[in-house]
Amino acid sequence: MIDGADTAWILTSTALVLFMTLPGLALFYGGLVQSRNILSVLMHCMAIACGASLLWFLVVYSLAFANGTPFFGGLGKVFLIGVDRETAYPGTKIPETVFIMFQMTFAIITPALMVGAYVERIKFGAVLLISGLWLLIVYAPVAHWVWGGGWLAELGVKDFAGGLVVHVTAGFSAGMIAWMLGTRRGFPENVRPPHAPWMVMVGASMLWVGWFGFNAGSALASGADAGMAMLVTHLSAATASLVWLAIEWKRFGKPSLVGIVTGTIAGLATITPASGYVGPLGGVVLGLAGGLICYFAVDIIKRKFLIDDSLDVLAVHGVGGATGTILTALLAASVFGGVGYGDGQSVSGQLGVQVIGVVAVLVWSLVATYVIVKVTQALVGLRISEDDEVQGLDLTAHGETGYNH
Amino acid sequence: MKFIIAIIQPHRLDLVRDALTGVGVIGLTVSEVRGYGRQKGHKEIYRGAEYQINYVPKLKLEIALDDNLAESAINAIREAAQTGKVGDGKIFVLDLQSVMRIRTGETDSEAL
Repeated sequence: MIDGADTAWILTSTALVLFMTLPGLALFYGGLVQSRNILSVLMHCMAIACGASLLWFLVVYSLAFANGTPFFGGLGKVFLIGVDRETAYPGTKIPETVFIMFQMTFAIITPALMVGAYVERIKFGAVLLISGLWLLIVYAPVAHWVWGGGWLAELGVKDFAGGLVVHVTAGFSAGMIAWMLGTRRGFPENVRPPHAPWMVMVGASMLWVGWFGFNAGSALASGADAGMAMLVTHLSAATASLVWLAIEWKRFGKPSLVGIVTGTIAGLATITPASGYVGPLGGVVLGLAGGLICYFAVDIIKRKFLIDDSLDVLAVHGVGGATGTILTALLAASVFGGVGYGDGQSVSGQLGVQVIGVVAVLVWSLVATYVIVKVTQALVGLRISEDDEVQGLDLTAHGETGYNH
Repeated sequence: MKFIIAIIQPHRLDLVRDALTGVGVIGLTVSEVRGYGRQKGHKEIYRGAEYQINYVPKLKLEIALDDNLAESAINAIREAAQTGKVGDGKIFVLDLQSVMRIRTGETDSEAL
């Protein structure tokens, strides 16, 4: 039975989530790189969006959501064969086509998130190959485990909108790619700063608004769950932003724009898995936790481990998503305004399940990405030449200049 | 004739222009440049990481003058551009060989 209100909301959410990638994430990342590389970042997001869409149609939707084993979906829906125009997606009142499209926008943004790890030094062919293989080998199975009726779903893992499926996968995979690719020329003492902090804020703002579609749309219905999801998402974003503002003000005497909007994204990533299960207080707590933990994660990964995850995908998405996934177990309690636990499930039981989820997804992401990068290295190579890196990717890879003709 | 090149702090431009107008200078060219001298650059902080910015934005003024205006122009620039801090800039004075107004073909003093 198709419900018009539900369908209208999910159609809208789909547009919001696509907008997060095009151009939200593109501008967010674009402003953070040197001006000589801005077009390459926009290009990565654009190309990944288009490639992921086609792959979704061809096989990834099926591998994620068609009936299969606890570890992989089947091939029953490749080329979207058998998807009927009029039939609702099971468990919802929206047409399957709308579900397919909504989930596609998640499959688009997740590989696009990883762009931040490899900017300014990767070959374009490598971007395409890594992203494509990654959708097949990392995204599809994990989506199946959590949302497609796979083994984590059967354990009762709570990941409302993609703490595991989107943020842990992309975050930890990005860290692996950054580590294998090697650092940018001049890292860490001599890297160039963001060329357009204003652009970063514009992108982050689009991401914030779009995230309402990401989290509230994951209710797959228009109603109370969507309403609360939007509220807690917003509160987490605002809180985490203020946390970064406060830390920078105290540490450096000057709170920065890039800092506050990074806090925003940290808050949004952290609330993502919890957004359907917690109340407003939970949203604020997750914003506090995400803001704090992600701030120090940026420091540790770049300064202590010297991994040039250039735009901090691991620190913000990986760590934020994992933090939110684990804290969901605690904050879902009704005493905090949450929805409570399943039949016979306790806080500690749920906590155990959440931790299993984080560890399994993290390990799978790291291992599979390692293999993917090795294969890509053998087939097309990974890194551009040092000369090209100095000149910038816009000109050397794409034959275009962002500014100044 | 003299050709003056002055490197000044960007925010002093309006004051310098007013001062030059006050001594009878009727035209100049401004360009945005970067440079360093004793002012080595400055630090910016993004996501907790410090970036040393080695070049500082400045403005370059280029002014062609009759010899009799040169000294008062130089003094006007210096007084208006000065803040007393490192980074105020420098004034270079060159001998100017010739000048031509493009529209009319007038040369030297008639072109200034």
